[in-house]
Amino acid sequence: MTVKKKDSFREPLTDTGLLMTITICIFVGMYLLAMLLLKGGFLHAQQIFDMLNDNASLIIVSCGLTIVMIGGGIDISVGAVTSLVVMSCVLYLNNGGNIFVSLLLALGIGLAFGLVHGLLISYLEIQPFIVTLAGMFFARGMTTILSVNPQKLDHAGVNAIRDTKIEIPWLGYTARNGNLVPARIELGVCVALLCVIVIFVLLKYLKLGRNFYAMGGNQTSALMLGINVKRTRFCSYLISGLLSGISGYVFMLHTGAGNATNAAGMEMNAIASSIIGGTLLTGGVGNVIGTFFGCMTLTTIKKIVVSSGLNDPWWQSITTGGMLCFFILLQSVVLGRRAKSKKA
Amino acid sequence: MPNDELLKMRHIEKRFPGVLALHNVDFTLRKGEIHALMGENGAGKSTLIKVLTGVYQMEDGEITLEDKAVVIHSPQDAANKGISTVYQEITLCPNLTVAENMYIGREDSVWIKHKDYEKKANEILNKLGIPARGTQMLGSCSLAVQQMVAIARAVDMKCKVLILDEPTSSLDDKEVNMLFDLMRDLKAQGVGIIFVTHFLEQVYEVSDRITVLRNGELVGEYLCEELPQVELVAKMMGKELDELSDFEKSESSKVNEKEVFYEAKDLSSSEALAFDFQIRKGEVNGFTGLLGSGRSESVRAIFGADKVTGGHIKVNGKDVKITKPVEAMKNGIGYLAEDRKRDGIIAELSVRENIILALQVMNGFFKPISRSEAESFADEYIKVLNIKTASRETPVGSLSGGNQQKVILARWLLTHPDYLILDEPTRGIDVGTKLEIQKLVLKLASEGVSVTFISSEVEEMLRTCSRLIVMRDRHIVGELTGSQLNQAEVMKTIAGGEG
Repeated sequence: MTVKKKDSFREPLTDTGLLMTITICIFVGMYLLAMLLLKGGFLHAQQIFDMLNDNASLIIVSCGLTIVMIGGGIDISVGAVTSLVVMSCVLYLNNGGNIFVSLLLALGIGLAFGLVHGLLISYLEIQPFIVTLAGMFFARGMTTILSVNPQKLDHAGVNAIRDTKIEIPWLGYTARNGNLVPARIELGVCVALLCVIVIFVLLKYLKLGRNFYAMGGNQTSALMLGINVKRTRFCSYLISGLLSGISGYVFMLHTGAGNATNAAGMEMNAIASSIIGGTLLTGGVGNVIGTFFGCMTLTTIKKIVVSSGLNDPWWQSITTGGMLCFFILLQSVVLGRRAKSKKA
Repeated sequence: MPNDELLKMRHIEKRFPGVLALHNVDFTLRKGEIHALMGENGAGKSTLIKVLTGVYQMEDGEITLEDKAVVIHSPQDAANKGISTVYQEITLCPNLTVAENMYIGREDSVWIKHKDYEKKANEILNKLGIPARGTQMLGSCSLAVQQMVAIARAVDMKCKVLILDEPTSSLDDKEVNMLFDLMRDLKAQGVGIIFVTHFLEQVYEVSDRITVLRNGELVGEYLCEELPQVELVAKMMGKELDELSDFEKSESSKVNEKEVFYEAKDLSSSEALAFDFQIRKGEVNGFTGLLGSGRSESVRAIFGADKVTGGHIKVNGKDVKITKPVEAMKNGIGYLAEDRKRDGIIAELSVRENIILALQVMNGFFKPISRSEAESFADEYIKVLNIKTASRETPVGSLSGGNQQKVILARWLLTHPDYLILDEPTRGIDVGTKLEIQKLVLKLASEGVSVTFISSEVEEMLRTCSRLIVMRDRHIVGELTGSQLNQAEVMKTIAGGEG
């Protein structure tokens, strides 16, 4: 009566895997198309590195948001917290602060927000949207209290770190004057990629990571399976907070200035990136590799819009909106078809 | 043989505000037996199970597991002590793999060893003959297999007592047999299984012993072969079954003289293939067929619950358009959905609010029903349908399944429909309430209401319907009336051997 199955049977792609594959294909296709039609910067490797340099902090907060969304929650405070971290660190460093302490300050602010959000959402069971909305207003307010005017970073040590760039000569290109311009990568990009890898491992190979999926898939079941749902949820917000802190520091290293409007709308871009990368708002499905490519797709779209001569800022918003709509439609069609074919 | 006794529950008492849910109940489970726990709604089955699994704490009594007195604090604690439960609703995560579902929540390290778990899972699945792979997503398995994975998880946790709470209610016959094979396997390995179900035939198919509860008290423990089915029902209900013969079905000859109330030609929807259908005033007819034969989809098309894609509909001889539920309701059609949790009740709202819901929709939201009117409606139907609820303001979610069903029935009756569609109204509810609902259907018909009745229990359909429409593979394959209405004929038609 036993049904023998070979262990080497290849499983069909999971929902997460399928959505991620679609995103990667679209990203690659879009980029190739841009190389063919728009040429210019797209032909240089530096274009990709620029995209990474500009979006390192977005990638970091998107990773945190992906975790929260897999667990079935939402965190819209990440942009504001990033901004608060930038401003706090700039002011502290400009007043003769220590680099190491400034890093602790960044992580501390992020963790503090994550801690409070996690406590309120998991243990007092308040809606995550409301809690993180409050957190967002609070962080934005604090940033403005710290300084209404933009503050330029003026700290020799940190400026040195900021200007440290990894140069890859063989990926560079020859400028018109005949000089070789090597490809340049900022340190923040390394941090961002490290975050992606760490979160990927966490989600795939750690107990905590699988608990996020279980919780997002079916909360009651997760509870019955013996998972401490409250603690798991708490951890997801804590990690998201911590990543917002890291993101703030990376943001500061990239822009070198604190500004009350820093990272405005970053939370929405992060949500969009996660969704484009195949994370479902309903929870239980998602992957940070997808999120990374979600960020890149979003950025590529913006670059293409700018390169096509549509320089006004609203064009970027409009295309981002259209893009998001397109992906959500695509996801629902693909998943809907899957569900149907499964039934039949 | 006392050392054969695996689990002993003695003098269990459980009190809820105002109700004595369990009074002096004893229950004994032996090694390697399948023990059915039977009783009507409110008999205390669920409460006893919940006391045993630590969801509730008992007020008095003692539980002995393998000759050791135990106190069970929580479901988790119960599982660790070797008492596992598989619920009616699957409590696993569809977005994880089968292997992960078997091991999540009880990993021995912070790292997940996917390969290890998959290997171990496959071994157990193979041993138990469960057709699933460890690497497969749980959501891609059928409900039956998902349930079996839950059992496999319990087996791997070295459970000594396995509680199966209504495991068969959403499975078809083939899947039920698979499950029973698995249960017999486990029994042979010495696991004690507590089997809670409403299907009497299934009890006799696999169980060794039956414990009957009624109104929170123990009626008795019997060996299966010593208790004929009729007596079991009598013990559960506490009354003899002569009521069954009281049934007076509206004869088809009488009904045939009445005028046609509803007629559909080539009606089709996104889920149902085109079909013709008609029903006369005061007629009770039914759709029958195996699970997935399209019976629910067909009645959903009549009510406009799915996207209607074509067809001509006449109500009372006049052409009408019914593509949305609200249009069906305006034409006097009511529909009681199959899945009452999903399509029917709003658990957080009170009995009163649930009852007046459909009437409110019919009236339009600008003509609110006054509070006193609503209260009197609710009281009336609570009385008429004998709904067991603490008060009309009790949230519906806290009522038992049978009583929830009655609340939905009351909702539709309040709109005074001319035609009522009941899709599996008796699923998951006890024999007594089933009979009450069947009687109510016949009473409605005698008052001139047309009723379409769907049930997976053919016997029940034969008792109530004067015409049976048989479906197979989404097609209507036969219509049975009069003397053709017997089990053998129905089975023959479903199986495809019509003469």
